[in-house]
Amino acid sequence: MGSKIQTQGLDLHYGKFRALLDVNLSIQPRMITAIIGPSGCGKSTLLRCFNRMNDLVKGVRVAGRVLLDGVDILGPATSLSLLRRRVGMVFQRPNPFPLSVFDNVSYGLRVHGETHRSRLVPVVESSLQATGLWEELKDRLDTSALDLSPEQQQRLCISRVVAVQPEVLLMDEPCSALDPIATGRIEDLMRALADQYTIVIVTHNMQQAARVAAETAFMLLGELVEFGPTLGVFENPKDQRTEDYVSGRYG
Amino acid sequence: MKRDRLIGAILLVVALSAISGLALITVFIFREGVPIILRVGAGQFFLSTDWEPSLGHFGILSMIGGSLAVTVGAAVIGVVFSLGLAIVLTQFAPPALAAALKPAIELLAGIPSVVYGFVGVVTLVPLIRHSLGGPGLSVLAASIVLGIMILPTITSIAIDALQAVPRSYVEGSIALGATRWQTVTMVLLRAARSGIVAAVILGMGRAIGETMAVIMVAGNALALPHSLLDPVRTLTSNIALEMGYASGDHRQALFATGVTLFVIITLLNTAALAVSRRRAGRRRVG
Ligand SMILES: Nc1ncnc2c1ncn2[C@@H]1O[C@H](COP(=O)(O)OP(=O)(O)OP(=O)(O)O)[C@@H](O)[C@H]1O
Ligand SMILES: [Mg+2]
Repeated sequence: MGSKIQTQGLDLHYGKFRALLDVNLSIQPRMITAIIGPSGCGKSTLLRCFNRMNDLVKGVRVAGRVLLDGVDILGPATSLSLLRRRVGMVFQRPNPFPLSVFDNVSYGLRVHGETHRSRLVPVVESSLQATGLWEELKDRLDTSALDLSPEQQQRLCISRVVAVQPEVLLMDEPCSALDPIATGRIEDLMRALADQYTIVIVTHNMQQAARVAAETAFMLLGELVEFGPTLGVFENPKDQRTEDYVSGRYG
Repeated sequence: MKRDRLIGAILLVVALSAISGLALITVFIFREGVPIILRVGAGQFFLSTDWEPSLGHFGILSMIGGSLAVTVGAAVIGVVFSLGLAIVLTQFAPPALAAALKPAIELLAGIPSVVYGFVGVVTLVPLIRHSLGGPGLSVLAASIVLGIMILPTITSIAIDALQAVPRSYVEGSIALGATRWQTVTMVLLRAARSGIVAAVILGMGRAIGETMAVIMVAGNALALPHSLLDPVRTLTSNIALEMGYASGDHRQALFATGVTLFVIITLLNTAALAVSRRRAGRRRVG
C-alpha cells in the first residue's frame, strides 16, 4: 500500500480496439515514474486514465480500477473537476491559451472559483517561480503567452498546473517539441518538482527515462510488460521483450 | 501556346470591364450625390431631420437614425442567437446534428428578403401591435426581421471561427478541471474573438444595406425614433420609396443618401477585414 496511483486489471477499448490489457501498476508518491514503449502501445492512453481525459473520447470503454490514494476514480461519483485539480496534466505540444501570461497561470484557480485578483497575484508569482519563469516574465505578465519561446510556453503550462496545487503531475512527452538544451532544463525542473509532486512521465526517449525516473514501466501493445526501478528495467530486464526494446531492437 | 495567350487576354478584358463597371458606378453615384451635399451644406444635410423635397429641405438625420437603430437592433438579436447556435452546434450538439443543421442554416440565407418581410408583416407586426402597443410597424419589428436575416451569415462565420480554435486549448482547459461551459466562455470565445467580431460587422453591413424587408415592416415614418415601438425610415428605404418620382435636386439628394450608405458600408467592411487580418497575422489576444 501507500501507492499514490494504482491500477487493477485496467482494460480500455476504443470502440472495438483494445488499447489497454489488464494493466496492474502502482505508482509511488513523490517521485518520478516513466512510461516507455514503442509508438501506439498505449502510453498516452494509460496516462489519460489517471485524470479521466479519455472520457472526452467517443466510444471509449474502461474496465478495472484506478485508485487514487486508495479510492477508485472510475465510478460515476467522482467529481471530474476535483479529480483534474488533484491530477494535473502537461501535454506534448505546449498549449498555452491565447491569453496573457497572468491569465494562463491563474486559469485553474479562476475555474475553481477564485476571482479576486489580490488572491491570484501571489499564486501566479509562486507558480512562475516554481518553474523558473518568474525572473524572465515578471515584467511581462500581460503579454500574450503565444509570444513566448516553446520552452517558456512549456514551463508556463507546468506553472498553470502547479498553480492549482495538484498532487500528481502527468506529463505526456513534455519535451518532444523542445531542443536538447531546453529538454535538459525541463528535466532539471521535473527533478526539482518531484520533491513535492508525484510525477508520471511518458517518453519516447529512453535516456530521458534513465535520467529522471526512479521507476519505469515498459509497455507493448497495450500490455504492461515490465515495471520496476529504472536501473533494473534498463540494465537487468526480466522480460525478453523489454531487453529487446531497451537494447534498441524495436522501433 | 497562342491559344493560352488568347484566353488569357480575353479573361483580362472581362475582368477589367467588370472592375471598371464597378468603378464607373461608384464615380457616378458620387458625381450625382456629392454636389447636393455641398450645396445644402454637410451640416444641414447630415444633421437635420427636415426632409421635405418639395420645399427643397434635404436633411437625412432621421434616416441615419433609423438605419442605425434597426442595424444595432438586428446586430443584438443576430449576435445573441447566432452565437448561441454556433456554440451549441460546435460544442454540445452531436456531430451528426451539427453537420445536418449547418447547411440548413446556410439555406436560410437564400430566402428572398421580400419573403422575410412578408412573414414579418403578417405575423410579427400584428403580434407587436397587440402585445406591446404602437403601430406594430417599428424599429423592433425591423430589428427582429433583420436579425433573423443576418443570422445565417453570423452563425456560419462564427462556427468556422470556433472550429478553427485548436483542440489543444479545449484539452488544456478540461485538464485543469474546467467544465465545457467554462471552457467555452474563458478560452474558446476569447480565441475565436476576432472571427466572431468580423462576423458581426459583416452581418451589420448586410443589415444596414437591406431594403425590401425593412420597407415592409419598419413603418417608414420620417422622424427620429424615441422608442423601439416607433416606426422609422432607413436610408435604403428612403431611396427605394422615392426614386420613382424624384427629379432634379430631389433625385440628387437620393443619390447623396446612397453615398452616405456607401461610405457606412465600406467602413464596416473595412473594419471586418481589418479584424480578420489581425487574426491571420498576429494571434495576439488578451
Ligand atoms: N481516440 C482514439 N480512437 C481510437 N483509437 C485510438 C484513439 N487514441 C488512440 N488510439 C489507439 O490506441 C492505441 C494507443 O494509443 P496511444 O496514443 O495511447 O499510444 P502511445 O503509446 O501514446 O503512442 P505515441 O508514442 O505515438 O504517442 C494506438 O493504436 C492508437 O491508434
Ligand atoms: Mg502518446
